[in-house]
Amino acid sequence: MTVPVIPIEHVLALAAALFVMGLVGVLVRRNVIFLLMSLEIMMNACGLAFIAAGAKWGQPDGQIMFMLILALAAAEVAVALGLVLQLERRFDSLDIDTAGELSG
Amino acid sequence: MALALFYVAAAVALASTVLVITRRNAAHALIYLVVSLLSIAVIFFLLGAPFAAALEIVIYAGAIVVLFLFVVMMLNLGRRSAERERLWLRPGMWIGPAILVGVLLLEMLYVIVLDAPGTTRGTVVGPKEVGTALFGPYLLAVELAAMLLLAALIGAYHLGRRYLGDRREDLP
Repeated sequence: MTVPVIPIEHVLALAAALFVMGLVGVLVRRNVIFLLMSLEIMMNACGLAFIAAGAKWGQPDGQIMFMLILALAAAEVAVALGLVLQLERRFDSLDIDTAGELSG
Repeated sequence: MALALFYVAAAVALASTVLVITRRNAAHALIYLVVSLLSIAVIFFLLGAPFAAALEIVIYAGAIVVLFLFVVMMLNLGRRSAERERLWLRPGMWIGPAILVGVLLLEMLYVIVLDAPGTTRGTVVGPKEVGTALFGPYLLAVELAAMLLLAALIGAYHLGRRYLGDRREDLP
């Protein structure tokens, strides 16, 4: 089975663009749910870069790193959504800045 | 021509990701996030990583987005949730995601019907090679991932409890 040869630069550019979009989302949005979604976008972009590199050399290692990122993303989102529930219960808001008590 | 599939999927991914981070509404953003993940899965297929593409759909678009959706819906309970959901999911809202997903569907039909004339040299790394490497040299990483997931399970259980930090006698 053959697949088209895609220039790896273009795939990496796409991954970088997606990562920057996630970063902008983290910086701009203040709703915790959107923050977490932006984090998922960033991790997904990293996974895309790994898959592209693995495809470039025809090795399975890229896909394995992608799977580890997937496990990390699942673990992160489970814990973070628990934190979201606590934030909503304690501050009655989903704005991340309401939880800034530690800044004094 | 097969290369065009990649660029179309990339355009869909970029467009839907922009729409994710600019939506006001968490449910709308999640729908666009699913579109973004699906288009990235298409790119994985085109890069010769079918197993990763399947995992992307099953775990990201399946499990993680559903977890988000659970929390979004949970936080609305008791707050006039019915009419709010009706506002969220009004028919016009589906047009954007439907167009983007329709593009991906056209790509899939193109590949299936015309058996896309791929140029050579790109190789597919199938599930077998991935599995062999995963449970060979990367066995330690699998163990570490298992420990991470166990820790996340316990952490999520602890954080998700209703009255964390409150005194026992405050409980109803």
